[in-house]
Amino acid sequence: MMKNIPLSALIGLVITATYFIAAALAPVIAPYGMAEVVGDVWEPSSAEHLLGTDQIGRDLLSRMIYGGRTTIWIATLATILSFATGSTLGFFAAVMGGWVDMALSRLVDLFMSIPSLILALVILSSIEATVVTLIVLMGLLDSTRVYRLARAVAVDISVMDYVEAARLRGEKLKWIIFREILPNALSPLVAELGLRFIFMVLFISTLSFLGVGVQPPLADWGGIVKENKEGINFGIGAALYPAVAIATLAISVNLVADWVLNRTTSLKGGRG
Amino acid sequence: MHPIVKLVAQRLALGALLLLAASALIFGLTEALPGDAAQAILGQAATAESLANLREEMGLNRPALTRYFEWLGGILTGDMGVALTNKLDIATSVASRMSNTLFLAFWAALISVPLAILLGLIAVRYQNRWPDKAISGVTLASISLPEFMIAYILIFFFAVKLFWAPSFANISPSMDLLDKLHAIALPVAVLVMVVLAHMMRMTRAAILNVMQSAYIETAELKGLTGFQVIARHAFPNAIAPIVNVVMINMAYLVVGVVVVEVVFAYPGMGQYLVDAVVKRDVPVVLACGVIFAAVYILLNIFADVVSILTNPRLRHPK
Repeated sequence: MMKNIPLSALIGLVITATYFIAAALAPVIAPYGMAEVVGDVWEPSSAEHLLGTDQIGRDLLSRMIYGGRTTIWIATLATILSFATGSTLGFFAAVMGGWVDMALSRLVDLFMSIPSLILALVILSSIEATVVTLIVLMGLLDSTRVYRLARAVAVDISVMDYVEAARLRGEKLKWIIFREILPNALSPLVAELGLRFIFMVLFISTLSFLGVGVQPPLADWGGIVKENKEGINFGIGAALYPAVAIATLAISVNLVADWVLNRTTSLKGGRG
Repeated sequence: MHPIVKLVAQRLALGALLLLAASALIFGLTEALPGDAAQAILGQAATAESLANLREEMGLNRPALTRYFEWLGGILTGDMGVALTNKLDIATSVASRMSNTLFLAFWAALISVPLAILLGLIAVRYQNRWPDKAISGVTLASISLPEFMIAYILIFFFAVKLFWAPSFANISPSMDLLDKLHAIALPVAVLVMVVLAHMMRMTRAAILNVMQSAYIETAELKGLTGFQVIARHAFPNAIAPIVNVVMINMAYLVVGVVVVEVVFAYPGMGQYLVDAVVKRDVPVVLACGVIFAAVYILLNIFADVVSILTNPRLRHPK
């Protein structure tokens, strides 16, 4: 399987893995603490502070590593929630058909008729933004997109003979959804996973940048931009590092997702 | 009745229903979640008694359905109530900010739409050669960066290093058009970059799709020149998808505006909404939220109607 991996996907895989490992091991590899003030305001990069310091003298490299941990952690959990909810409901609607399908699909249409960012802002004006509420909010809002895909895929599968056979031998709904439909719908869903994850990274960064996402003193990439944005006017590029981090992560995940998609579609339904 | 009139009427009726449902969803969300206007005014430390008194005074104790229809009626007649934080009339603030936001969006659209269609045509003309590949590359890069990142990168180079344009887009009614345009140069550039890539990629796909149809081949085989094929056969069939693409991106522009206005401290609707969210000013959030949702939905309905009207098969039924 790993033999035919194209160079672009390999690069993507290595960079993505690096970000995830850095996120997991943040306390070990970060040279300083997340909230530790170790220098002067906006020091340029030096041997002690590879990326310099931030607006109150914290080590920017350490902030970036801890920030990546928060961003990636929230985005990952929100993606998992979005897929679990969206695909279960999508399969359920496809298998049940009739008014259940109709009601769920129209509800999803309604949520999708309003931009996610606007809905998120309206909701965040009423609830406290904590890591948990952000994950639940983003995961549920995004599950509408997964629902659409999952339902479309499952509608095709649910008319297959083997699903009919399973129904006739009296299998329960749970069996049909998880043993018949899920294994056959996995390929397109896995390819979508990468794109949804990137969307989550951009979404949480935007919310934090607007000041309604991750709250200080916790660091995250969008928050680091917000904290250091004044520096831009003095020609200090501290706020631009998260841009580099987000862009490289997004492009790497896209490269991997493209490869997964090509590999699964070229096998015409086979799952090697 | 001509079938096309029926189709359009159906779509408009469905759209009106969707607008109503969306306003109910937005109102319902703030209603269902903990915390209300009284809580926002008095803060977390308020006693139960003072909360109850204020709710009574503000009429928050009445059934949610009654208040929803009052609120909806107010929005429709231009009475949006007053902001909690500064007691200013919301409708007045919305009116001036809305015109600023439309000014920004108008210029972004005016630049990005022709540019995107032109670049989309170039990508089709040079399919799979370097201009096409360069366009896909730029697309990948631009969807990988959030709007505010593009904004700060532009500010860093064009406002701080080169002094070409201001990093704060402050405009006032007394400025003349040229000064205003200079002030909004960078935010317009960001918005153009945000929608351009997507729009030209989808334009490319739409035209390629039409160019692969059997009737294009027939037109070529019966000896029409390349220009005639495009003008008589490809273009009428590509208008619908292209208009659709443009409208979807204009709708996306509505969302992009929120973030871009915050970055450039531009006095528009987006900044108003985000400010209100941070200050938990629920009436302002509701008013702005429903306006943004309505504009987004209306643009999508418009896209649907145009694609019905421009479809030659629907216009000339058998």
